[in-house]
Amino acid sequence: MLTPLPTYEDALARFEPVIGLEVHVELGTASKMFCGCATKFGAEPNTQVCPTCLGLPGSLPVLNGAAVESAIRIGLALGCSIADWCRFARKNYFYPDMPKNFQTSQYDEPIAFDGSVDVAVPSAESGGELVRVGIERAHMEEDTGKSLHVGGATGRIHGASHSLVDYNRAGIPLIEIVTTPVIGAGARAPEVARAYVGQLRELLLALGVSDVRMEQGSLRCDANVSIRPRSSAVLGTRTETKNVNSLRSIERAVRHEIRRQAGVLLAGGTVVQETRHWHEDTGVTTSGRVKSDAEDYRYFPEPDLVPVAPEREWVDRLRGTLPEPPHVRRGRLQQEWGCSENEMRDIVGAGALGLVELTVAAGASPQAARKWWLTELARRAKEDGLGLAELPVTPAQVAGVQALVDVGRVNDTLARQILDGVLAGEGEPEEVVAARGLEVVSDDAALGDAVDRAITANPDVVDKIRAGKVAAAGALIGAVMKEMRGQADAGRVRELVLARLS
Amino acid sequence: MIAVPRDDLLRLSASALADALSAGEVSSVEITQAYLDRIAAVDGAVHAFLHVDTAGALAQAAEVDRRRAVGAAVHALAGVPIAVKDIVATRGMPTTAGSRLLEGWVPPYDATVAARLRTAGLPMLGKTNMDEFAMGSSTEHSAYGPTHNPWDLERIPGGSGGGSAAAVAAFEAPFAIGTDTGGSIRQPGAVTGTVGVKPTYGGVSRYGLVALASSLDQAGPVARTVLDAALLHELIGGHDPMDSTSIAGSPPPVVEAARRADVRGMRIGVVRELGGEGYQPGVRARFDEAVALLVGAGADVVEVSCPHFDYAFAAYYLILPSEASSNLARFDAMRYGLRVWPEHDQAASAEEVMLATREAGFGDEAKRRIILGTYALSSGYYDAYYGSAQKVRTLIARDFARAYEQADVLVSPTAPTTAFRLGDKLDDPIAMYLNDIATIPANLAGVPGLSVPSGLADEDSLPAGFQVLAPAECDDRLYRVGAALEAMLHEQWGGPLLDRAPALVGMSAC
Repeated sequence: MLTPLPTYEDALARFEPVIGLEVHVELGTASKMFCGCATKFGAEPNTQVCPTCLGLPGSLPVLNGAAVESAIRIGLALGCSIADWCRFARKNYFYPDMPKNFQTSQYDEPIAFDGSVDVAVPSAESGGELVRVGIERAHMEEDTGKSLHVGGATGRIHGASHSLVDYNRAGIPLIEIVTTPVIGAGARAPEVARAYVGQLRELLLALGVSDVRMEQGSLRCDANVSIRPRSSAVLGTRTETKNVNSLRSIERAVRHEIRRQAGVLLAGGTVVQETRHWHEDTGVTTSGRVKSDAEDYRYFPEPDLVPVAPEREWVDRLRGTLPEPPHVRRGRLQQEWGCSENEMRDIVGAGALGLVELTVAAGASPQAARKWWLTELARRAKEDGLGLAELPVTPAQVAGVQALVDVGRVNDTLARQILDGVLAGEGEPEEVVAARGLEVVSDDAALGDAVDRAITANPDVVDKIRAGKVAAAGALIGAVMKEMRGQADAGRVRELVLARLS
Repeated sequence: MIAVPRDDLLRLSASALADALSAGEVSSVEITQAYLDRIAAVDGAVHAFLHVDTAGALAQAAEVDRRRAVGAAVHALAGVPIAVKDIVATRGMPTTAGSRLLEGWVPPYDATVAARLRTAGLPMLGKTNMDEFAMGSSTEHSAYGPTHNPWDLERIPGGSGGGSAAAVAAFEAPFAIGTDTGGSIRQPGAVTGTVGVKPTYGGVSRYGLVALASSLDQAGPVARTVLDAALLHELIGGHDPMDSTSIAGSPPPVVEAARRADVRGMRIGVVRELGGEGYQPGVRARFDEAVALLVGAGADVVEVSCPHFDYAFAAYYLILPSEASSNLARFDAMRYGLRVWPEHDQAASAEEVMLATREAGFGDEAKRRIILGTYALSSGYYDAYYGSAQKVRTLIARDFARAYEQADVLVSPTAPTTAFRLGDKLDDPIAMYLNDIATIPANLAGVPGLSVPSGLADEDSLPAGFQVLAPAECDDRLYRVGAALEAMLHEQWGGPLLDRAPALVGMSAC
């Protein structure tokens, strides 16, 4: 690009972004969508294949009932209606890693449709807000094989000398979840995108239908972005950005794409409808396949499969297996924790509800758990540009640190240093304590010597305390703590000071 | 052991061979060798086979003989050799579907039909010729050259399953497996003087049949007698969990019906739309006589009208190419079959190799139908073509339902003419397609159909076929009517129609 990109603020001043997200989830079923092959990740290439998933002549698909069950549960959890009757369709296009040169998918009859989720979008200023994201549909399909391009610069097909195809992935059950266009998020559109996928990830995890590992591709997100002049009611031309493999990348990619499109329009150009690739390293998207409306998949109902007609009783039974709905869970936890409405909103807004819950479950008090995640860890996440859940610390570790505080082995200052160690990958809290020598000194003899030295060194403060100004004791405590390099129990120090001066 | 003369071995029905085997009068190796010898003697002229598995067939035969010798329980047809259309995937045996694209492909798995034949111990003589991917009515679209009609080697044996029908008619196999998408079992049966049955859609597993049009394809028996067809139908039919469209219920009692061969009190519906203009007078005459015979045997005849049958042909030639265009997309040189590099381009991309391979590998008829189907499914045309065709299909199913209120079975000539000369219709696809005008409605509606020889047409002394259609899952009715008619005609003729076919030994290909 020759002209520099406009700043994000400039882009937003002129244009309104509209986003839409397509998420592909690989289900964690034991076997593939249409055959009995195993679905284990990382197996030797082409060892989990059979005539059906290789598309050999004459082979036929048989639908995996467990995959349908997962699809229905996902649909229900997203507030969707479940189709009484729906069919698979063939999506016809040629690609070397697609065994049949058509993908067995669903077209105009998705298993689930018309739902919504309330997404908690974290915000430093307002403590977060809930944004409703509409779910247009969730449908079942099969994954393709995986091409490995050899000899090129970056593993891309361009410049490669040859390609290898692994069909282990071909036929793995996928659920594609498509949002309606998200309009009106304004400058927060990238954060909404990220928060939506993050929340979807948690939901899928809670449903137990997928391991949702973005880095392994079991959750893949395509971000559709368009912008329109603030005065316009007509949606702009959209691009579809692929290869977005982390929550952080989603936010960055959407933000970049808004700026890029604004740059194109401000320079008098037009946005091309196309697939774009996100580059994690350089933080830009580049043009992929031009995806005009003329691209024709020649969908037609899959004649090799019979329609899927889930009985109402079955759907109702599956509804009973769903995790607690978010609003019910929030109310229950608020009551259990004795939090105020505002405190709860902060927790939810920070995307910390699950983390706090798990920390409490690991033994910390609700107040302590909330304090760690919303202050110290929130600050660390912000510094590192990560989501709270992405920090390399587990709720159990946070609870472990708090337990050391509770028994008086460390104070808050030391506890923060322990978390530093955990975040730096130095191991469990106890290991950090041992390695860094962070335990507080509660030995009265050692403390007593320090207290005596502080009293001797500060006769004027001693006089004030003796005159009844107990608050002045803070100066002596501070002096002791300084001498002990923070490794003292401040409460015990205070007791010792007051005892000596009474 | 009472020796059965070798010529008689070839003339015996599969059912009679099964009896002789179980009585210990003959061994499977003897029968199998006799057929292999016959193939060696006449197939140079007929070209019914694309692949003959001499060693494999004899080994299977010997195994059955061994099992029988030790008194093991075996299937009633164990040891009776069979020919299999080359569209059926056979583990370890080449399967080309009549196409260059699959030349040399040896499937790593068995179609369910093939697996059932093997389990029952039927030695597989080889794979029979067919129009490429079952697209045609003459076998002239085989990439490996046409099959010749044993009644007149200058004529077509029908298609797409001309190889299976010719093999059975030329006594190169007692019976065979065919597949029928729009008439590919029944029309070859009619023009070769053999019996062919398309079972109810879902009655026989499609797993392992190289797909032409998934919603129309159905495998079935090709035989010299109605009872043989029923025995084979029973063996290959029944539910298969590998085919989602397979019928779960208990299969119709076809063998019992063939043995019963009784039409008393049955209502026979003559379809007004199948048999008028365009039907050869001699074919029509044999049909009328057959109906009269059935009446004489106690059946009631009514005329029924199926007005939407007039649109069946048009609907079929939208649905079939549409599904075929998708089914045939997998032949892309990536995993199996032919691979052609673009000329002077060793660094060609996968897409370029795919393109060059499909250009070189598909014959004209396959290309024609892929183009038609791709067009019919295109956005903007889907509703007008594929969508409308599916509606016609529904109307045809309704016509059948209404007709079956008045009649237990429907009847018509199987094909409008007897076998035409090789090359006659090769340049006129529509004329070629019209051979299936009477057989197509059954495929569109998924109902079963049978063709049984009705005699020789006066004009050319070539075989004509009599078609019986029944409601879905009532395949047994086909066999009742077919067997009754066959018995009366055999009596009239003094033996099977094939007795009048010319001897082939010593003849060479044209």
